[in-house]
Amino acid sequence: MNWIKSFTGRSHEELREALDSDHARTSQERFNRFIGGGWIFILLLALVAVFWVSRPEQFGSAYNLTMLAVNAAILLVLSVGQTFVIISAGIDLSLGAVLVFSSVVSAQTMLWLSGEPAGTFGTTAGGWGVVAAGLAAGLVSGAAWGMLNGLLIAVARIPALIVTLGSLGMALGMAQILTGGVDVRAVPDRLVTEVGTGTLFGMPILVVIAGSVAIIAAIVLHLTRFGLHVFAVGSNAEAARRSGIRLTLRVISIYALSGMLAGLAATMSIARFSTTTINGHAMDNLSTISAVVLGGTSLFGGVGSIVGTVIGVFIPIVLLNGFVILGIPPFWQTVAMGAVLILAVWVDQLKRRTRQGS
Amino acid sequence: MSAVPLLEVQNVRRRFGHVQALDGVNFAVYPGEICALIGDNGAGKSTLIKILSGADRPDEGRILLEGREVSLDSPLSAQELGIATVYQDLALAPDLAASDNLFLGREITQSGVLGRLGFLNRREMRRRAAQQFARLGVNLRSPSVPVSALSGGQRQSVAIARAALWADKVIFMDEPTAALGVMQTGRVLDLIRHVRDQGIAVVLISHNMSQVIEIADRVEVLRLGRRVARIDRASATIEGLVAAMTSESALGESIK
Repeated sequence: MNWIKSFTGRSHEELREALDSDHARTSQERFNRFIGGGWIFILLLALVAVFWVSRPEQFGSAYNLTMLAVNAAILLVLSVGQTFVIISAGIDLSLGAVLVFSSVVSAQTMLWLSGEPAGTFGTTAGGWGVVAAGLAAGLVSGAAWGMLNGLLIAVARIPALIVTLGSLGMALGMAQILTGGVDVRAVPDRLVTEVGTGTLFGMPILVVIAGSVAIIAAIVLHLTRFGLHVFAVGSNAEAARRSGIRLTLRVISIYALSGMLAGLAATMSIARFSTTTINGHAMDNLSTISAVVLGGTSLFGGVGSIVGTVIGVFIPIVLLNGFVILGIPPFWQTVAMGAVLILAVWVDQLKRRTRQGS
Repeated sequence: MSAVPLLEVQNVRRRFGHVQALDGVNFAVYPGEICALIGDNGAGKSTLIKILSGADRPDEGRILLEGREVSLDSPLSAQELGIATVYQDLALAPDLAASDNLFLGREITQSGVLGRLGFLNRREMRRRAAQQFARLGVNLRSPSVPVSALSGGQRQSVAIARAALWADKVIFMDEPTAALGVMQTGRVLDLIRHVRDQGIAVVLISHNMSQVIEIADRVEVLRLGRRVARIDRASATIEGLVAAMTSESALGESIK
């Protein structure tokens, strides 16, 4: 078998072939990496630069930058959960509705524990214990919806799109049943003033919470076994199953994590608006999906990052803010966002095609 | 070749509806050999491999590993006994690095508290992956390249290296070179020899008779759910193999 011997002996031809293909692949990979996550970061920097240069004293003011971060905080926490789900090749349409449900459960728990409204603005005098109980109630109810989603997807094998569309309706409906459709406005004063508008070393507490969630999520996703399994499930579920990964358990925990983060976002939302916002989260699912996809996470699963999602969350917020400051009718933000989203998915497709061609 | 087979199948039967896929089949693999399992379509090769890799269960018959009867209830229990399968559709996660794929499901974690929290020791995984690739003569630029960036032959090599890392007894390979070009086929066949030289038995399913003669130490032939011939490499010819697979007349002369 002469021709095989020549491989083990590393013929001149083989070495040249290896070198050539190596060279081709690294330059292609560099290109992939650039269009993979780099371009959207450059887009964000460009937006900030344009708005900053044209209205430095308004856009660049400390107040405006802080408000940008506060506006991003709640959406970021939701989008982090969505990132895990989408990397695992799933989708969670129920996030906004689960947020609403959890905020109702959380607010009612706090109201029940602290009694009737006492403050001037209809707030209650509940202490940190009451706030902690409310947070716990929000987290548990959010995680419960997530587990239900995960069970139906992994065990009953109903497509994630349908399951979470169904639980969207159920969670929203249940929230309206619990409240009779009227927002719970009596929430602990402490939660609103110290968490909702409070700061830590000059940083709004809500931003600190969202930032911590993003950092911890990035560590879990990229450095732990759980994170690797999330990628594996999204990349090739059958391979993951044959490798001995307990697929059902993983899928359930991914959706439970996403639901629990919606529960955390629910409490943050109460703190910020000092009321539940039953009718205020209809667009959350689409906002999170577009943020995640803008950030370079593939809708086909297996590829993605939290850093990308952070950038993806900021793009629509910076766009809206900049348009308002520049006096462009804010409706244009919706148009621009739609175009950017389509562009992002197109780039994702291109990236896949160039890689498959290699 | 030692007298006790590493893995032996005795009188296994498997029926799907009115199709008798395996009709009292016998089959044996010895340590450190490449055994080709051949047969025409419908001979029962795939069913036999499924049963031996734990993906399907026989209706009747015994499976012996090193002389002791075992039951292979699931792919996981087969893997725990040291039996792995390289599937035709590869079963790798294309977006993950080659090293991550090698250790998927059996990741190496950091020591101490971080390890208990599930933190991966990627450096160690990469180091051991590079070691495994070097031992088997698999040429990758780096173990951290995603599998999707590899050529078909390299992907097949990663899948085989993964199986060889976790199976210390038998590896089944279903048409491992079916989708590969001439050069890549050569490399994969070389890799299969390397795996055998590590002391692992390789069972190779192939329709390519010249390849079978080139690489197999021994050939077992199935026909209509039974073993109809066992042929040593020395006496194997393409005509002989084809005759054994397709005609009754070959039965008498080669079976003992």
